Amino acid sequence: MSGAAKSRLLAQRTRGHGPEEGGLARRFLIGAAVLFLTVFLVLPLVNVFWQALAKGGRAYLAALAEPDTIAAAKLTLLVAAIAVPLNTVFGVAAAWAIAKFQFRGKAFLITLIDLPFAISPVVAGLIYLVLFGMQGYLGPWLDAHGIRIVFNVSGIVLATVFVTFPFVARELIPVMQATGTDQEQAALTLGASGWRTFWQVTLPSVKWGLLYGVILCNARAMGEFGAVSVLSGHIAGETDTLPLRVDKLYHEFNATSAFAVASLLAVIALLTLFVKTYLEWQQQRAFARAEQAGSAPADNELPTRDDWL
Amino acid sequence: MGYTLVYLSVIVLLPTAALFLRLLGLSWGEFWQLAASDRALAAYRLTFGASFVAALLNALFGTLVAWVLVRYEFPGKRLFDALVDLPFALPTAVAGLTLSSLFAANGWLGRWLVPLGIQGAYTRLGVVIALTFIGLPFVVRTLQPVLQGFETEVEEAAATLGAGRWRTFLTIIAPTLLPAVLTGFALAFARAIGEYGSVIFIAGNKPFESEIAPLLIVIRLEEFNYAGAIAIAVVLLALSFVLLAVINLLERWASAWQR
Repeated sequence: MSGAAKSRLLAQRTRGHGPEEGGLARRFLIGAAVLFLTVFLVLPLVNVFWQALAKGGRAYLAALAEPDTIAAAKLTLLVAAIAVPLNTVFGVAAAWAIAKFQFRGKAFLITLIDLPFAISPVVAGLIYLVLFGMQGYLGPWLDAHGIRIVFNVSGIVLATVFVTFPFVARELIPVMQATGTDQEQAALTLGASGWRTFWQVTLPSVKWGLLYGVILCNARAMGEFGAVSVLSGHIAGETDTLPLRVDKLYHEFNATSAFAVASLLAVIALLTLFVKTYLEWQQQRAFARAEQAGSAPADNELPTRDDWL
Repeated sequence: MGYTLVYLSVIVLLPTAALFLRLLGLSWGEFWQLAASDRALAAYRLTFGASFVAALLNALFGTLVAWVLVRYEFPGKRLFDALVDLPFALPTAVAGLTLSSLFAANGWLGRWLVPLGIQGAYTRLGVVIALTFIGLPFVVRTLQPVLQGFETEVEEAAATLGAGRWRTFLTIIAPTLLPAVLTGFALAFARAIGEYGSVIFIAGNKPFESEIAPLLIVIRLEEFNYAGAIAIAVVLLALSFVLLAVINLLERWASAWQR
């Protein structure tokens, strides 16, 4: 049976029993929700591509081929290529420490990990400026040694690392807590080394959660604006990432180019959503299979809201 | 473990401490003057006011969307469900850009709204629109699992006992959902207060009128007025900590409620 037919059948069955709204109220509620989502999600998304292509495909490609835009794309990829692996390693280590061990100050550690979610990106950029800027604490010393962080690529990387580091850890902590330590203890008892246990037991058990966290981390790393904007210095072709490039083109009243660059970022966002939906679907299937086998992990949480924030 | 701590200290703890250390260089009077100037006060008012309205809109429509997505079947449901996360995945600069063009006088929505006197772009309303977009997923995603786990038997019992649908909703369903809605509201509110990228595209950014607090920090930095920037940042930071604590409390309450 096709999925659609199945869900229709399911809907009919649920409609058959239980207190439900009448057809009219139901239609009204669905209509209102769809209208809201269309205005706030569908239209903005379609508008990006529409405006990008408003002056034809050639103008679109020309806008993307500008040297400064290509440089910005390269920088964005570079920043993500540094920040995402760093935060993946950190996320795994932090989640491991939090989920598998008991120690004092654990709650404080979790709060610290959540911090970048809570504070404004602009403030995040500012704290690095205060520390590393020329008027800051380490600025003069760093300058004397020829190291530049502020208004430089390394500052952009640092800011990106800061805003994106909770994603992987946040994603892994509940999964690791749910899997518990039994399997690892078994592996250790059977003589596996700590590393081997980690690679062959711990990591495979959290692979979906890990992938999920990495995807989210990457999306944010490529799209970060506020924190990067404070630290970048906005030198075209050098310290402009793609989102900063969008901003600059917009202020130059070059709408078509701004939307062309924005469309690249929108494609990345759509890919992210696609992979995320696919991973959720995978997890649900794995969960259903485990449930059928009668060994459903008690509360193997499906990702809900903590993933992003 | 050690790695985690070192990493955290370098990336988070040290810079944050430096910020507060810088603050100690200011006297109370100076701090007050910088953090509570008329322009700053206007910016806080706009930031908090717009964030509150946006979070409220999200609480209302988010509840509606979550309800519809969990309870009903309709064409395109899975697509809409996946799209709810778009504000998280779409870079804020792109969001601001496209929203401002939608609501501008010649945009798809502005074309109809501006003649009616609804100026979405380059006004305070624009700030609310951008913040509503940014916070949209929070209430939906907090509420969905709660609704999925909701026992329809209770509703059936209420219906059997003669309660109308509306009464069942108000007395049975609404109180159960309340903690999750409040959590979602607080999350959306917290996010909205710090938001920068999307808002600066759509707000006119006029001082005293459509200038948000994070933007004022950036302006102070561009003036090389570090002390001024830090003072405003500390006010925002303090508020973030308060909100973080409130969110933690709400979440604990919500999970206790469900048990």
